[in-house]
Amino acid sequence: MIKNISNLGDAALYCDFGTEVNKAINRNVINYFNNLRDSNFLGITNITPSYNKLVISFDLKITSFTKLKKQVENLELKKKNNSKNNLIKIPVCCTEEFALDIKRLQKLLKINEAKIYETFFSKNYYCYMTGFIAGMPFLGDMDKSLFAKRLETPRVKVPKNSIGITEQFCNIYTFESPGGWNIIGKTPVDIFDNKKNTEPNLINPGDTISFYPISKLEYEKKYE
Amino acid sequence: MKKNMNKNYFEVLRPGINSTFQDNGRNNFYHIGIPFSGAMDNRNFLLANTISNNGINNPVLEFAYQGPKLKYIGENISINVTGDVNFKIIRKNKNLEFSCYENIVLENNDCLDILSTNRSVYGYLSIGGTFEVDYYLNSCSTNTKAKIGANSGEKLEKGQIIQLKNIKKILPKNKIEYLNPKIENIRIIKGPHFDYFSKDAIDLFFSNEFNVTKLSDRMGIRLKGPKISNIKNTNIKSEGLVKGVIQITADGDPIIMLSDHGTIGGYPKIAVVISADYDKLVQIPPGSKIKFKEINLKDAETIFKLYEMETQNLISNIK
Repeated sequence: MIKNISNLGDAALYCDFGTEVNKAINRNVINYFNNLRDSNFLGITNITPSYNKLVISFDLKITSFTKLKKQVENLELKKKNNSKNNLIKIPVCCTEEFALDIKRLQKLLKINEAKIYETFFSKNYYCYMTGFIAGMPFLGDMDKSLFAKRLETPRVKVPKNSIGITEQFCNIYTFESPGGWNIIGKTPVDIFDNKKNTEPNLINPGDTISFYPISKLEYEKKYE
Repeated sequence: MKKNMNKNYFEVLRPGINSTFQDNGRNNFYHIGIPFSGAMDNRNFLLANTISNNGINNPVLEFAYQGPKLKYIGENISINVTGDVNFKIIRKNKNLEFSCYENIVLENNDCLDILSTNRSVYGYLSIGGTFEVDYYLNSCSTNTKAKIGANSGEKLEKGQIIQLKNIKKILPKNKIEYLNPKIENIRIIKGPHFDYFSKDAIDLFFSNEFNVTKLSDRMGIRLKGPKISNIKNTNIKSEGLVKGVIQITADGDPIIMLSDHGTIGGYPKIAVVISADYDKLVQIPPGSKIKFKEINLKDAETIFKLYEMETQNLISNIK
């Protein structure tokens, strides 16, 4: 449940679901998100779910903080579970030219390359949220043995489609972008397709992701 | 794009620094990482379309600092420029001067040269007709980061052709008397992480001026001033942002989120700029100083109503 609703400026609600990062809290956030999307509350312009918060922005010409807060507090939750809980399989090529930080990780984690990948590919990951840049999924949780800090100095340009890990999370850079996550490979699949006018993003909050390794040859084939 | 697909078009002789097509922006895509975008200065966008007798969501050409130089080919067309903008029309080797906020007629072979915005950032070009642009997710607004919207998600480029359609008969002047306000005091409401900062840091935040740096664009304004020190944590678990949010980075510098901002962020939010001051905020150019003033939610709502009434007044006083 929402613990507290406060105002984020004069045109947004800041809904607090707790301070921890875990699936139970995040499922709650996404459940509210899905129900709000189906609601007909006037004036809502955007709803942004994250680990444990939900930000609802609105048009101040149409509604107000007090009015919308009351509606959200009285919202009847209809969908009990996230019905679109898809499993999406993402191929990853881990050849040296794509795995920019694998050497650093071996030193940092004191595990060899083979073991890092074996551990990484053995788990399913949950999508807590997407955003920052278009379509970028924030996935968790990593196995504890792979928890690694961000780079001290972030890269100015992380190549598009790179897979990065940091702490308990991994993500996919949907565009070339600055970033400080440890890069362990690259996928030939476009996670965000800016040619598609409906559902341009492959991964949505609440989805489950599994990664599987492919060779350079398969990577190149998929790109054709 | 092929030349002469249409008989009315602009040829871009100089693209300007950051010229993009914009409309009201995209709603309801923050959750997949797509920001609102849209015209930065909403009032000037609205006035531009109103003077052109266009629908309020018609695409306009937004420019920043130095605007584009455009050669016009086609039948006579009404155009207008809004903002605090210095521009001229070159007709048969003569320079003709005009004012903003009124319709002027562009003739075949005229050259519209938008030289600069004066002590401000954004200006708008609207036409009595429609720029023929691509739409993506219900908006033509160009977002150069996600490469979406009009012009394949890119700024204007030299040599390209901008096709025009639905050209209207020459419009009345539709003149509006308007002076763009220049402000230094930006009113804010406390953010959710106000208590991440010490009493001293908060005092510094409100009592000092901050410099608007050159690292400012459609995504955000970076400020430099006294360091705002954090007593809890310089990072938070990433969460949703809205335009106008002021985050304090790990270095202690404020960044204000603007229309193309990243949809989520991991720095504490000290404050949020009130909606009524947003149009004025985006027009503050690098090199200027700004100062923050705290107000409460009720007052912010009242000030916004007044701001909207003022906009409506301007529109109803068109001559």
